[in-house]
Amino acid sequence: VKPRDLAPALVVAVAAAFALLPRVAAAQPIAIVGAKIHVRAGQTLDNATLVIDRGRVVAVGANLRAPAGAKTIDGTGKVVTAGLVDGISGVGLVGIELEPRSVDGRFGATDAVHADPIHASYQARDGFDPRDVNVPVARGGGLTVVVAAPQGGLVSGQSAAFALDGSADPVRAPAALHVTLGPSGAGAAGGSRGKSIALLRELLDDARAFGRDRAAYERNAKRRMLADRLDLEALQPVLQRQVPLIVDAGSEPDIRAALRVAKDFNVRIAIAGGAEAWRVAKELAAAKVTVLLDPTANLPSDLQASEVHDEAAAILDKAGVTVAISTLGSSWGARTLRQLAGNAVARGLAWDRALAAITSIPAALYGLRGRGTLERGAIADVVVWSGDPLEVTTTAETVIIGGVVQSLDSHQTKLLERYRKLPSR
Amino acid sequence: MYRVLCVWLVACAPAKTVVKVDEPKLDITAPWLDTEGNWIKGTPEARRPLSDALVDASAPVIAIRGATILTAAGQRFDAGTIVLERGAIKYVGAADAPVPAGALVIDGKGKFVTPGIIDAHSHMGVYSAPNAKAHGDGNEAVGPVTAHARAEYGFWPQDPQLARAASGGVTTALILPGSANLIGGRGFTVTMRPSRTAAEAAFPGAPPTVKMACGENPKRVYGEKGGPQTRMAEYAAFRAAFGEAAVYAAKQAAYGKARALWEQKRKRAGELEAAREDGKKIAGEAAPEPVPIDLRYETLAGVLRGDILVQVHCYRADEMAQMIAVADEMGFRIRSFHHALEAYKVRDLLANKEIAVNTWADWWGFKLEAYDGIPENAALLAEAGVVATIHSDSSIGIQRLNQEAAKAQAAGRRAGIAIDDDVALRWITANPARVLGIDEVTGTLQAGKRADVVVWSGSPMSVYTRAELVIAGGQVVYDHAKGVRASDFELDDGRTP
Repeated sequence: VKPRDLAPALVVAVAAAFALLPRVAAAQPIAIVGAKIHVRAGQTLDNATLVIDRGRVVAVGANLRAPAGAKTIDGTGKVVTAGLVDGISGVGLVGIELEPRSVDGRFGATDAVHADPIHASYQARDGFDPRDVNVPVARGGGLTVVVAAPQGGLVSGQSAAFALDGSADPVRAPAALHVTLGPSGAGAAGGSRGKSIALLRELLDDARAFGRDRAAYERNAKRRMLADRLDLEALQPVLQRQVPLIVDAGSEPDIRAALRVAKDFNVRIAIAGGAEAWRVAKELAAAKVTVLLDPTANLPSDLQASEVHDEAAAILDKAGVTVAISTLGSSWGARTLRQLAGNAVARGLAWDRALAAITSIPAALYGLRGRGTLERGAIADVVVWSGDPLEVTTTAETVIIGGVVQSLDSHQTKLLERYRKLPSR
Repeated sequence: MYRVLCVWLVACAPAKTVVKVDEPKLDITAPWLDTEGNWIKGTPEARRPLSDALVDASAPVIAIRGATILTAAGQRFDAGTIVLERGAIKYVGAADAPVPAGALVIDGKGKFVTPGIIDAHSHMGVYSAPNAKAHGDGNEAVGPVTAHARAEYGFWPQDPQLARAASGGVTTALILPGSANLIGGRGFTVTMRPSRTAAEAAFPGAPPTVKMACGENPKRVYGEKGGPQTRMAEYAAFRAAFGEAAVYAAKQAAYGKARALWEQKRKRAGELEAAREDGKKIAGEAAPEPVPIDLRYETLAGVLRGDILVQVHCYRADEMAQMIAVADEMGFRIRSFHHALEAYKVRDLLANKEIAVNTWADWWGFKLEAYDGIPENAALLAEAGVVATIHSDSSIGIQRLNQEAAKAQAAGRRAGIAIDDDVALRWITANPARVLGIDEVTGTLQAGKRADVVVWSGSPMSVYTRAELVIAGGQVVYDHAKGVRASDFELDDGRTP
């Protein structure tokens, strides 16, 4: 291996390291006192205190005293969790869904420039708009980080994780590379699922060859490659297992094919959607593949993936598969993430697993170190809830991102303010 | 004598039209005429009386005891009893009612009982699962006015979505055509019983409905297909359609009058003939020619007559006002607006016009006309006296309308609007029953009403609560212990034991 071949990897690694540094937070410490605090899955403290300073959780426990000068939040009767993380989100990319000028990173089978279905070089980091109207609404729903992810085509592109505090800089980019199988991927390959897998294999093979000898590629001494240079470059972190390959797949055959590809190319994958993943639970558990799913998506909507189980999250969890719960790309619906988790509980998933599925599990999947729990030293993404966060009747009363209390104002709260009383006529 | 009679009867008929025939040349009595044979009633409606919804001889006797009963009629009974018999509610109350012999007795301790959920906006059966072009039966997107189309004709009773909706406590739904068209066609009110045919799924006696849509969707669909391309032309097209329908209705009315006169003359002539001793026939005249049937105008004329409940898909406040202007000018009433995310902005107008609103708890922002949706919409409407419902327009959302009502209630309360559980429950029961015109027989738990009942594992306002027993018209349509009934399509499914 020549040193120059490591350069892109090094860039990614350095970028990731910088991304881990929390944004400089307000100087005043915050103490949430007397709350029920879910520190992490399986660790819940009653009547406890959480202390935040300089962007981090500096203490959490019972019988803690708020430090002098701290802004104190009365947590009596409240529930405190880590901020919610949607592992596949449209927030920041999809503003107004039906207005193309407002949408980024949603591809058809082909793009206009290359007439091909491979968008590996697309970076959500560049497509993300922190001023998207969905950002404050999602934040009001207790989301503190979203993985803004592209969709469509066969290879959809690179996602990026963003904190929802209005900042334009990602928490981590790229967060993952996304592939869409099923009707989208097949549509990109002449309508054939089998061919879409073949294209994926060829692409990974080309990317590996490209990564091994860029000089030969530059001299035009390589065979014809399936994708453009930037696409091949974007696949390197996947081949080096620095970021996961998130495979959107619903049918059992597609999921099994994805597992074979992962094994053959030694890449780390996760399954998104996973309508029939419950049928492959044993294999997914053995391969340590995380499944991102929407537990309410129980309809046999896709003719190729019609065996959808109402209790899929619980079945997968029981089989040892790590389950993340996600809106799977929604923007305006982002705030329903906790309701999705609550419905998974109603369908057999343990409550603390459901909370983990919208906090620590997606954070771990994308390598968002320091996020997803409230352990000492964690980045202070914290939500104070009026009650059980998975209930539909509760609300996020205080949202803290990187140690900073966020505004919960949005387009919607302003409309309510304006129309709470009608103008007299 | 006959000449005098003739002049009196056919004052305006020139003599040359009197032809010597005993039978009219053209005499079509059905289906244009009613049973009296003298007035246009339009194409035959499935006009069973609504009271048919209250009787099912095969329904079991069920008594649920000890449950918390929320009636959606202002009452709550802790440890109450409800008795269902022959498809209707026999008793509901606090006391332990005598349970009829042979009744299936259900221990309701710790459970909640509510009326069956009613969804005023669904496309199940016309946009069935799985998604396939072959299942696209909800939008006749070949022209902006397809008032002749009926959701009933496109309804597939084997849609796997139906049983899943039942598992969420739904007992009744209004199946609507989509919103591609300005006037998409008739809706279809169904009960959630497993059915082989659309007729079996039909809610007995439910009045006819029609689906209309304003705003972005018809523009998007027809902008490049001959229009309407703009809202300007949309509202013109509504007026044009109803203008034509009014002419059609007037022609029908004129024909009806002429036909009635002709019938009278024939009757009188018959009497005169019978009285004659010479046995000679009296010269008759041809029956008036009927107006050629036009099924589009049949629907629209029904709207103008007030026989058909008008359901309008509309998002923006200003567009609801535009639609109200159309209705006022053309002479019909709007039963309810659907989606109506900006209804809160004109809630005074809607209350004044007594127009109901069907909306979501927290959908918004997926298109520009949905940009100003707020979670307090339903609560603000309720506060202003508007009949509000939480609808689904989604085969996923329909499975948890109770959660959606709870969200809308919670949002209202946070805004300082007092929405008690009965009001929130009405959003998914009594109020949609009103929208569908079936509130006389269902939507609340009251003696004499249809046995549309849900037994919940706990408070229906919790995300963790599941419907345990769902009863539609006295028949159990979902039992949590048995799971969701597989449709024929799913019979060899890996989930089916």
